[in-house]
Amino acid sequence: MSAVDQQALFQFLLRMGDNTLVLGHRVSEWCGHAPVLEEDIALANTALDLIGQTQFWLGLAGEVEGKGQDADALAFRRDVWDFRNFLICEMPNGDFGQTLMRQFLFDAWASVTLAHLQTSSDERVAGIAAKASKEVAYHLERSADTVVGLGDGTEESHKRMQAALEYLWPYVGEMFVSDDVDTAMVAAGIAPDPASLRAEYDAIITRVLTQATLDIPQSAFAHKGGRDGSIHTEHLGHLLTSMQWLQRVYPDASW
Amino acid sequence: MTQLAEHPPIDQIWDWLHAVPDPEIPVISLTDLGIIRDVAYDGDTLVVTVTPTYSGCPATSIINLDIETALRDQGIQNIRLKQQIFPPWTTDWLTPEGAEKLEKYGIAPPTAAGGPKRCPHCGGANLEKLSQFGSTPCKAQWKCTDCLEPFDYFKCI
Repeated sequence: MSAVDQQALFQFLLRMGDNTLVLGHRVSEWCGHAPVLEEDIALANTALDLIGQTQFWLGLAGEVEGKGQDADALAFRRDVWDFRNFLICEMPNGDFGQTLMRQFLFDAWASVTLAHLQTSSDERVAGIAAKASKEVAYHLERSADTVVGLGDGTEESHKRMQAALEYLWPYVGEMFVSDDVDTAMVAAGIAPDPASLRAEYDAIITRVLTQATLDIPQSAFAHKGGRDGSIHTEHLGHLLTSMQWLQRVYPDASW
Repeated sequence: MTQLAEHPPIDQIWDWLHAVPDPEIPVISLTDLGIIRDVAYDGDTLVVTVTPTYSGCPATSIINLDIETALRDQGIQNIRLKQQIFPPWTTDWLTPEGAEKLEKYGIAPPTAAGGPKRCPHCGGANLEKLSQFGSTPCKAQWKCTDCLEPFDYFKCI
């Protein structure tokens, strides 16, 4: 096998890990605030899985980078411009419906992507994907059920879910835009071309959103800039101040 | 010269590990749960390979500490814990003995069908799912509509 571009692999791993880290932190903001106890537990469990997956992705990213950074160093010592997550992951929680819609749109992408990554030529990537896939199957089942329950629920819940879908839709396109990093990953057999996953993704979301009686927006406009770090939304900085403050005030603190 | 004799045999190590309870569900042991994948000597160091149940399970670090403590108590000095994530943990690795202990404790064991077979309290078969997630990452919440008691179900993954 030809030598894999380690810098591209590092970027790919940051993208995987930053998605789960930023979304995991967002979801954890619900802890103690969800509408009912069962949902509170479900959100906290989902956040926990995502942050656990982050430890694998960013741990491997640090290894590949080879500068002695572990997952914690990458999570807590980088600033906004270093993050490589999709913009959708950093979008605010909004109401419960918006949080679950964001989760569903992400879970569907994660389930499709991780299924492909299980056959990655890099067995470390394949191993993490196999582990994460099992967890994401549960996340997707729950977020899809909730989107259907609320979308096809009361007049009020339907209205809110449709609004959430319209608010988040412009952030879906970014998941399927390929760049040089992706080209290098495809060439090395490490990861699939994101653009090639759109049909599988659309099949899942069309099935669920139709069942939820929601209208999929027609616009193909997409906000981009998260996964290459060129431009994040204003929301990520606020998220990081809360997530990173302890390590910034007390560097190297541990317990 | 008698180097080999200084190391307790591998079977003995498994027996000791069999006595280490899971920190979240102390009624079953770590070996019942199937998360200890290998025990072997690497020179003078005992290497215990452990796989996490769920990526973010907070019990993972406690489990490592408990394994180390239990083995040190038996006089083993050089221990290395190795984390292995592939193949990923599956509830198929839960031993039949472990499944039985779970049910007696009030947690419905995992089934291939994806839901509990019967209520662990009254044995009733009329069950209803409350939530895909429960008190720990590995469990879901169900309710028995015969005895009306809620219970945990160990998710099948």
